[in-house]
Amino acid sequence: MYFDSVGDLLRMSGHGSYVWFCYGATVFVLVTLVVVARRRRKQAELQIRAIVRRKNATSATTK
Amino acid sequence: MSISSTFHKWGSPRWFYQFSGRLLPWLAMISLVLLVGGAVWGLAFVPADYKQGNSFRIIYIHVPASAVAMGAYMTMAIAGAIHLIWRMKLAAMVMKAIAPIGAALTFLALLTGAVWGKPTWGTWWVWDARITSVLILFFLYLGIIALHQAFENRDAAAKACAVLAIVGAVNIPIIYWSVEWWYSLHQPASISFTGQSTIHPSMLRPLMATLSGMYLFFGWVLLLFVRAEILDREKNTRWVQDLVCGESR
Repeated sequence: MYFDSVGDLLRMSGHGSYVWFCYGATVFVLVTLVVVARRRRKQAELQIRAIVRRKNATSATTK
Repeated sequence: MSISSTFHKWGSPRWFYQFSGRLLPWLAMISLVLLVGGAVWGLAFVPADYKQGNSFRIIYIHVPASAVAMGAYMTMAIAGAIHLIWRMKLAAMVMKAIAPIGAALTFLALLTGAVWGKPTWGTWWVWDARITSVLILFFLYLGIIALHQAFENRDAAAKACAVLAIVGAVNIPIIYWSVEWWYSLHQPASISFTGQSTIHPSMLRPLMATLSGMYLFFGWVLLLFVRAEILDREKNTRWVQDLVCGESR
């Protein structure tokens, strides 16, 4: 490691707050993108299940 | 395989859905290994910059976020052109899926740039050509998202967004060369493919890792968005209903 201790790594001789904030923001944005994509998929699946349920219900009543 | 049949296959949402499903785990795994590995490498193991000190470590996310935000825009403009010329539905879905991802990455580029600017230039923000043109890129992405939502009709929305995406693409070379044309605070590119890079190899290697990791991450999330969009648009088709509810229903 370039730094002498974990404390040094966190402080980064005064630049720690800038650097760690950027990495934290990156994790937040990237995770949010994956979560939003997954949520859209879940919503589409819910709609598809509802369509199939309705279809099955109508075909059962017409039989 | 002839060109037209390849084109036809790529235009089929069903084929694309099945093909992309096989890519997903690989893209996710490789991109996360490269991103996390490159970040740890750049944060803890690379020596500090002789001029900027440790603040330069922001480069390992700032440059990948900015580069992929621009690459994503070009992909979106090309998808828009393909949709306009050949009316390929899948291209419209790709275009729609890229806008939120590109907006998020451009936001990240602006944010990390501002935070890097404070200890380096002594200011969060300056109306420098590079920064202003990237801000315009952010607004272009937001404009495409808003335009999509403004239309009731899906085809009209795709057409309008394609035109905006193509016209806005003029901004990309402006961003790229802005640091040369209007040299002010933002430093010029350190990586060169044609000449000598002005960054030390020990600092360059982790950057190559996070840069390629970010491209793969973009590919992964893009596929996630496009696949959700395919399910939504094809919800009345048999294959999607079988896929979600199982064959024996």
